[in-house]
Amino acid sequence: MSTLTVVFALLFYVATVILVGGLAFKIAQYWKTPAPLKIPTTPAPLTQGGAALRVMREVLLFESLFNSNKWIWLLGALFHASLALVVMRHLRYFQEPVWFWVHLVQPFGAYGGFAMVVGLFGLWYRRIGIERIRYISNPSDHLMLLLLVGIGFSGLMMRFVARTDIISVKAFFLGLMRFDWRPLPDDPFLIIHLTLVALLMVVFPFSKLLHAPGVFFSPTRNQADDARERRHVAPWAASKDAERPA
Amino acid sequence: MAKSDFEVPELTKSIELPSLKPGAMAHLKSFVAQPAHQEPLGFPGELVDNWEQKAVDKLRELLGKFRSLQVYLDACVRCGACTDKCHYFLGTGDPMNMPVARQDLLRSVYRKYFTPAGKIAPTLVGAKPMNKQMLDDWYTYFHQCSQCRRCSVFCPYGIDTAEISMAAREIMDHIGHGQKYTNEIIGKVHKIGNNLGLPGPALASTLEGLEEDVLEETGADVKFPIDVEGADILLVTPSADFFAEPHTQSLIGYAKVFHQAGMSWTLSTHATEAANFAMFIGSYDQMHKIANRIRKAARDLGVKRIVFGECGHAWRVAYSFLNTLAGPWDFLDPKYPVPQHICEVTYDLIKRGALTLDKSANDHMTLTYHDSCNVARGSRMGDMPGGQMMIPREVIKAVCGKYVDMDPNTIGEKTFCCGGGGGLLTDDLMELRVKGAMPRMQALNAVKESEGVTHMASICAICKAQFTKILPYYEFDMEAVVGVHQLVSNAIVLGTKE
Repeated sequence: MSTLTVVFALLFYVATVILVGGLAFKIAQYWKTPAPLKIPTTPAPLTQGGAALRVMREVLLFESLFNSNKWIWLLGALFHASLALVVMRHLRYFQEPVWFWVHLVQPFGAYGGFAMVVGLFGLWYRRIGIERIRYISNPSDHLMLLLLVGIGFSGLMMRFVARTDIISVKAFFLGLMRFDWRPLPDDPFLIIHLTLVALLMVVFPFSKLLHAPGVFFSPTRNQADDARERRHVAPWAASKDAERPA
Repeated sequence: MAKSDFEVPELTKSIELPSLKPGAMAHLKSFVAQPAHQEPLGFPGELVDNWEQKAVDKLRELLGKFRSLQVYLDACVRCGACTDKCHYFLGTGDPMNMPVARQDLLRSVYRKYFTPAGKIAPTLVGAKPMNKQMLDDWYTYFHQCSQCRRCSVFCPYGIDTAEISMAAREIMDHIGHGQKYTNEIIGKVHKIGNNLGLPGPALASTLEGLEEDVLEETGADVKFPIDVEGADILLVTPSADFFAEPHTQSLIGYAKVFHQAGMSWTLSTHATEAANFAMFIGSYDQMHKIANRIRKAARDLGVKRIVFGECGHAWRVAYSFLNTLAGPWDFLDPKYPVPQHICEVTYDLIKRGALTLDKSANDHMTLTYHDSCNVARGSRMGDMPGGQMMIPREVIKAVCGKYVDMDPNTIGEKTFCCGGGGGLLTDDLMELRVKGAMPRMQALNAVKESEGVTHMASICAICKAQFTKILPYYEFDMEAVVGVHQLVSNAIVLGTKE
């Protein structure tokens, strides 16, 4: 077993624990924190089902962003949709046998990689070229884009320039999942790619990537507009009813 | 044009994106609350010892109490979707008035004390300590937010700057660095019963005067009852309705509607204020206390329904929070929603043909309608989404012949705030109020030029007070703002219906 294999095996175990544990912690925190008042941004759906649909439109179509700024919407949607495609395509490295729909997205995955990088460069251009967005950017915003571009670029290099032995890569990941380690090929782009992916997994629960779980917990979007019909008292506020004048 | 020692934005053909003018509004601070304004509310009189730590502790408490705050501080990706949405940014060009930059004042402190990234690599993620500079920036820029929520409409995660600025203001109140205007007013509500500090006898004589005026003008004996036990309806309206113009004209309108429909109603000396300014400082405790005055008044008088007059933030607190803060309303008549807006009452009567209306009484005006921010984005009327936009317009159209809407990007849920909401309606912030009104003035000016609009109707006491003051800066007549029920009042034909 090469040092490289051992290092990456351990790296991915650690990264997975941090990603899953960190996200579970944040989701539990969002879940447990009360929302003491009804604050949906109106006009809002009147039912909880309608509110769920509203959240899904935000998640799948970026509805509010579309109403805000067509360029950010276009580039953001391009990046996220491509990323989704690429991630689906990558599922094949973790399954045996591979699900049929993962086979189906296979041919589109490569275009997805290009589209993802194009979307990211577009967003990055806005961050540098548009005065307002430059003003609100932190170094971490640029680093996040660098990280994602690096992942996309190294992935495309492996696919189109210096092909890596994907059979071995798959064996490595299946081995990791079954605690039966297999050797990882020592191709430079693969090493870069996997290092950056592990880094992304580690920073996810500590960064603005928390917008992914956060969007589901946003009271302005996920609450139904039924304030007159239903009382909505948070546990910490319930005792106040006893204090009020008779 | 009204005199000013600052530059009034010029009205061009459309709202243009300003270039960034860093620090352009850094000089403008509203008066800081004195001990006399702080202590009656249970806040420290002045900045406490060790306030830096106490501010962080308060933030920790709020993070555990408000999911909105916790999620909104984490979720922002600084995409820029909100950067051109705030009327204060559009009017001033100060980049700290971009919603994301305003929020980041609190977010940078959150990162510093509550996130691993902020502790390990503060510069990288923009984490900053709570210090004097930070407090000054908080005080300045969180009091340049009218909590109008326009940014929340456009944010892909629904991040609402109002929630963030409320939290920041609550923290500042708890370390003894409150804002005079809002806290003084809340003190008046507790002590005297309404925001303007009008005592009971003054109210009674004002109402008598209104009865005489209406009788003289119309020959109809329209009553303005107060503290009438057993009345069906408790009307809760902003105290401005009792004495300021054009507000009083709307109060006369409500009274005429009730009179004409034969409804029994009353005001209460204990609930002569609809506006709940505690929302501006994010204080659940204070909001709860003020809201429950209305519960007590309704109980004491034994009414069956509660109706709110024309007031924007009041209607948000009433529609969205009153049931939570002061319900359940099981002692009221279950046939009616609690509370109801006066526009809902009037609209129902119009639909049922219960009112005789003579549109020609408003023929001298071409109307447009200003959706008040908190009504449009934080409340509802009627039984379908968007009723708060539709119902006031239908009421206006029923009483006026000539009605035009402003640019669709500036009305409805995209409405631009008047520039004076959220605890900023104070003379110390006049420069901000004038500049922040620019987008609304721009849209108004456009329909003035293209459609000959002469008047803008509104259903918010703050909008009315703000516009009467700032319209002259933009060379409009201060009387160009009118109340919706002022129009109803003009058109309603009193007497027996034929």
